[in-house]
Amino acid sequence: MTAVATVNVTHLRKVYRVYEREAGLGAALRALFQRQMQEIVGVDDLTFAIEAGEIIGFLGPNGAGKTTTLKMLAGLLYPSAGEVRVLGYVPWRRERAFLRQIALVMGQRQQLIWDIPVIDSFELNRAIYRIPPAQYRHMLDELADLLDLAPLLHKPVRNLSLGERMKCEIAGSLLHRPQVLFLDEPTIGLDIVMQRRIRDFIREYNQRTGATVLLTSHYMADVEALCRRVILIHHGTMLFDGDLTRLVERFSPYKTIIVRLEEPADLRPYGEVLSQSEDHVSLRVPKSAIARVTARLLTDLPVLDLSVEDPPIETVIEQIFTQEEVV
Amino acid sequence: MTHLIAVYRQQLKTAIAEQLQYRAALVIWLIEVALGPAVSISVWSTVARNEGGEVNGYNPSGFAAYFIATMLVNYATQTWVFWEFSRRVREGEFSPLLLRPVHPIHADIAQHLAYKMLMLPVIGLVTLLLWLAFHAGFTPSPASLATFLPALLLAFALRFTLEWTLALLAFWLTQVNVINQLYVVVVLFLSGQLLPLSFLPAPLQTVTAWLPFQWMVAFPAQLLSTGLSAQAVLTGFLAQLLWLLLGLGLLTLTWRRGLKRYTAVGG
Repeated sequence: MTAVATVNVTHLRKVYRVYEREAGLGAALRALFQRQMQEIVGVDDLTFAIEAGEIIGFLGPNGAGKTTTLKMLAGLLYPSAGEVRVLGYVPWRRERAFLRQIALVMGQRQQLIWDIPVIDSFELNRAIYRIPPAQYRHMLDELADLLDLAPLLHKPVRNLSLGERMKCEIAGSLLHRPQVLFLDEPTIGLDIVMQRRIRDFIREYNQRTGATVLLTSHYMADVEALCRRVILIHHGTMLFDGDLTRLVERFSPYKTIIVRLEEPADLRPYGEVLSQSEDHVSLRVPKSAIARVTARLLTDLPVLDLSVEDPPIETVIEQIFTQEEVV
Repeated sequence: MTHLIAVYRQQLKTAIAEQLQYRAALVIWLIEVALGPAVSISVWSTVARNEGGEVNGYNPSGFAAYFIATMLVNYATQTWVFWEFSRRVREGEFSPLLLRPVHPIHADIAQHLAYKMLMLPVIGLVTLLLWLAFHAGFTPSPASLATFLPALLLAFALRFTLEWTLALLAFWLTQVNVINQLYVVVVLFLSGQLLPLSFLPAPLQTVTAWLPFQWMVAFPAQLLSTGLSAQAVLTGFLAQLLWLLLGLGLLTLTWRRGLKRYTAVGG
C-alpha cells in the first residue's frame, strides 16, 4: 500500500516513573530522605497503522495502556520511545494545524464550562477552531438533530444529567469536524438507550465525514457494533490486531454445536454440555473435533437441526485476559 | 491576529456570562475591596493628625488619595491565576486546554479582563464613596496623569506575566498554597499597598527599587495620586519594561519545562 496511513505507530513505548513507599509514618519519614523509584511500563512496543475512515476498537482490561496510548496519539503525553504520526504530524508537538484536525473525548474530562449554557461553550469552540459561520450552523444543526440536543443547548451545564453532558461533550468536540477522533470510554456510565444513541451517532459521523475513529470501551457491544477491526492490548503489549471475527477464530479453541433432537438423549460423550432444554442442547467442542463430532451426532442420533457457532466475543476476550493473567 | 481577536471576544463573552452567575460574590467583593483602603486611610489620617497634620509629606487627604489610587491599581492589575493552577494540574483540567489550537494563557487573560470589566461599576462606586468620605486630594500634574494609563497597562502586563509564571510552579509542586500565601504577603508589603514605600527604612527602599513589586502597584498609583517627576517617570517605565521582558523570558522558559513535565507524567 502506498497511501500514507492516517495513524502510524511504530515501537511505541511509555514508561512511568513512580515513587513508592510502604504504609505508615516511619516509611513516610524515610521517604523524605530516600525515595524508592519504580519504573512502570505503561505501553510497550506497540506498532500499528490505521487507514483513513477506519473505526478501530481499542480493547484491554483496566490498566492495559489504552488511555495512555490515546493520550500519546492526541498529543497529551510524550512517549519514552518509538514514533507516532497522526495525519503526518508528531502529536506531542501539538502544532495548531494538527490540533485543529483532531478531537479527544474523555468521559470524565470536561471542556464544557460548568456554569453557563452549553451553547456558549460551543460558541467559544467556534472562535477557537475558526469554524466558518456557515459550517458551524450546519454542523450544530446536524449534531443537534443526531443527538437530540435542542432541549439542552440553553441549559447551564451543571443542570444536565451525565448522559446529557456526555452528548454535549461529544458534540462540542465535533463542531470543528475533526478528521481523527479519539474516544476514551464514550459510553461509560450511560444507560443502554443512551449507549446505543451514542454508538449510532459515532457510526453516522464516521460515514458522513469519513473521519478516522479510535475508541476504547469496556462495553463489547460498543465494539461489536462499530468496529470491524480491533486492537487488543494487555499489560501494555499488543495481543492482537485484526478483524473482530478473526479474533474469535484465533483465540477460542472451541466452538458451540447446537442440536435439536427428536427425543432427549445424553450427549455428554460428544462434548461438554453447556445447556440443555427439552429438545435443544448446546455442546462445547474443540475446534479440531468439530467435523468428527458433527458427523457422529448426525449418524448416531435423530437430529432435527444442527448448527455450529462461535462463542460470544465477550467470553473469548474474557478468556484471553484471564489466561494472560495466569501466564 | 484577527483569529486571536475573535477568540478574545468570545472568551470575554463567555467569562462575563460565567461571572454574572456569581452576583452574591460581587457584593462581598465590594465590601472586601473597600475595607482595606478605608482602614488604612483612617489609621494613617489619625497618625498624621497626631503628628501635627502630616507624616512624611502625607496629610490625611494625601493618604486618602494614595490609598484610593493603590486600590484602583491593585484592582486593575491583580490576578488570581496562581490559586487555580494546582487544581488544574491535579485534576487534569489542563488537558482539554492543551488540546485547543490556542495558547491557554489567552483564556486566562480574557477571563481576568472580563472580571475587571464587570467590576468597573463596583470599583467606581467604592472610589466615589471613599473619595467623598475622606476628602481625598489628588494632585497630579497633567503630564503625570497622561502617563498613568500606559503605566497601568504595563503594570498589568508585568504582574500578569510574573503571576502566571508563579502559577506554573504547580507543575512541579503539589502543595503550592504556602508559596502563594508568601507571595501575597510580599506583594502587599513591597508593592506599596500597605503603606507608601517612602515609609520603609532606606535600605529596604533600595531593595524594593530592584524588585518588580513596586512597579506593579506603587508606581502607577503615585502617578495618579501625587504625580512624579519626569526623572521618576522615566525610571519607572524603564523598570517596568525591563521586568516585563525578564518576566516574559521566564514565563516562556518555565512554560516549556512545565509542559514537558506535565506531558511526561500524563494529564
